[in-house]
Amino acid sequence: MRDLPGGATLSVRVAQDAPIPLDAQIECAAGELLALVGPSGSGKTTILRCIAGLVYPSDGRIVCGGETWLDTRAKLCLPPQRRAVGIVFQDYALFPHMTAIENVMAAMAHVPAAMRAKRAQELLALVHLPGLENRRPTQLSGGQQQRVALARALARDPKVLLLDEPFSAVDQVTRRRLQRELALLRRAIRVPIVLVTHDLEEAALLADSMCILHHGRTLQTAPPAELMARPASPLVARLIDLRNVFDGRIERHAPGTGTTWISWQGHVLEAPYRPEFGEGTSVSWVIPAASVILHRRDRPSRGERENPVAGTVVEMFALGETATVLIRVAGTDDAVLSLSVPTHVARRNGLDISVPVRVSLLKDAIHLMPRS
Amino acid sequence: MDWSALILSLQLAGGTVAVLIPLGILAARPLAWRRFAGKGLIEALIALPLVLPPTVLGYYLLVAFGGNSPLGEVYEKLVGRPLVFTFEGLLLASILFNVPFGIQPIQRAFEAIPPAVREAAWCSGMSVWRAFWRVELPLAWPGLVSAAVLTFAHTLGEFGVVLMVGGNIPGETRTIAIAIYDRVQAFDTDAAGLMSAVLLGLSFLAIGSVYILANRRPASHA
Repeated sequence: MRDLPGGATLSVRVAQDAPIPLDAQIECAAGELLALVGPSGSGKTTILRCIAGLVYPSDGRIVCGGETWLDTRAKLCLPPQRRAVGIVFQDYALFPHMTAIENVMAAMAHVPAAMRAKRAQELLALVHLPGLENRRPTQLSGGQQQRVALARALARDPKVLLLDEPFSAVDQVTRRRLQRELALLRRAIRVPIVLVTHDLEEAALLADSMCILHHGRTLQTAPPAELMARPASPLVARLIDLRNVFDGRIERHAPGTGTTWISWQGHVLEAPYRPEFGEGTSVSWVIPAASVILHRRDRPSRGERENPVAGTVVEMFALGETATVLIRVAGTDDAVLSLSVPTHVARRNGLDISVPVRVSLLKDAIHLMPRS
Repeated sequence: MDWSALILSLQLAGGTVAVLIPLGILAARPLAWRRFAGKGLIEALIALPLVLPPTVLGYYLLVAFGGNSPLGEVYEKLVGRPLVFTFEGLLLASILFNVPFGIQPIQRAFEAIPPAVREAAWCSGMSVWRAFWRVELPLAWPGLVSAAVLTFAHTLGEFGVVLMVGGNIPGETRTIAIAIYDRVQAFDTDAAGLMSAVLLGLSFLAIGSVYILANRRPASHA
C-alpha cells in the first residue's frame, strides 16, 4: 500500500466582520488532531470552509506545508481545486449517482487512470468498507456513507484533512465505533487534521488539542486535559461546561507553602500559588466537579482539612453509574457546588435532597482566572 | 394528411429544443444558485409566456420582426430575406414562447442539487467544468429531459403565435396545428381528424415520458 499523505503544519489566521464575524488563529502540526469546539454559530464550520477555499474571509492568511493558500494582503487566494484538502462534510455530500468506489475515484484526477481503481480499493479497505464498492450512497447506512466520505477525502492525497461534525448524523453505537476507527486511522495519516464538533466529550476523546471558539473568536487552544483543568477565562470555563465557576478575592500569598489564599462566600480557601494576582484583587476561580470530594459520614479522613465546605444537597440525579450532586454552600443563597460521585457512594452516604453534607475542595485543582 | 406540415412541425420543435436547452442550462445555473438584484424580475419575464395570450405575444413578435423594425431591417440586410413569414422567424418566435418550458425544469433540477455536493466536487479537485459534466449534469439530467420534451411537445401544439408570425405558407410556415385548422376550414374532416390523432399521440407520448421519468427520479436522485 502506498504511503498515506504526510505533510507539514497548517497555519490559519482569518478575520472578517460579516456575514459571520471571525477573528481566529489556529495552528495544527502534521499528524496532530485539532478540535474546533464551540456552540452553534460560533464560526467553527466557517473556519473549516475558509481552509477549504469555499469561503473567502475579508482578511486572512492560510499556509499549509509552506504553500500559501490565502493571503488577502498579497491578494492571493487559491480556489478549492488548487488546495490539497480532504474534507468530510457534515452530511457527507457523496455524489448520489456514483457508486462507493466511483465516489472515491472521482477525487483521483491526479492519479494515473490505470491505478485509480486499485488505490480506491485500498482506501475503502482502510476505512473498513470492503465488499460494498458497487453500492450507491442510498444503499449504504449512515456509518458506511461516512466511511466512503472519509475514503474520498483521503483519495486526493490531501495536505490537510478537514472533518465537519463527521459523527453527528449517525447513531450512538456507530458513532463510538467510527470514533475508535478514526483514532486508529490517525496513526496512518501524517497530515494536520482539523475536526469541527460541538461535542466536548468527542473532542476530549479524539483531539490532541482543543480550540475553543465563541462568536468567531478563538479564545484558547490547549490539550483537552489542560483546557479542562486550566481554562483561560470564566467564559472558556462555561463553554467547556465546567459548572463550578465562582468569583473570589485574593487574601494573601504564601510562597513558602506554594499557596495563594482566596476568600469566597465567607470561606478562606487554599489555592495553588499564583503571585501574578495581587492581594486584594477580585478573581474568578474554577474547580472540576471531580475534585470536589465528599466527606464520608462513617469514616472521617485527614483530607477533610483541605478547604472544607459545608452545605445542603439541593439537587441530585444519577446518570448511570455517576451521580451529579448540587450542594448549596451553607450561609449563602446562590453559591452552588457541583460534584460527581459514583452512584453507590451517593447511596451509601444517604445523599438526598436537603441532606446536610461536607465536602473538600482539592487545593491543587483550584484554578484562578482573571475576573470577567 | 399533410406530411410536409408534420415534418415542418418536427423540424421546428427539434430546432427549438436544440437552441433552447443549451441556453436553458446557461440561464438556469445562475438562477438556481446565485442571488442577484433583479432575479425576481428575470424569473417573472421567463414565466411571462405562460400567462400571456399567444396572440398578444405573436403580435409583439410580428411587430418586432417586421421589415420596419430595427431587428427585421438588420436581419433582412444580412440574410437577404425577411424574418416574418419565414421558417427562421418562426423558429425565433418558437424559442421565445418556449422560454418557460426550456428553463424552469432545468432550474428546478439544479436547485435540487445540494450545495455541499458541488462543493465536494471542487474539494475533490474537479474543475468547475469537470464538476459540471461529472456531477451537476448527471444529477440534473431528468430536468433536462423534462425541459426538452415539454419544449418539443409545446412547439408541436402551438397555434396562435405561429399563425401571427408565420402565417400559413405550405412548406415554410404551415405547421401541423395550422394545417389542422386549415383542413377544418375546408371541411376536410378526415385529414383534420387524422392529423389531430397524430398530434394527440405525439403529445401523450411526450407528456407520458416526462411523468414516467419524474416518478423514477427519487430512486436515482435521493
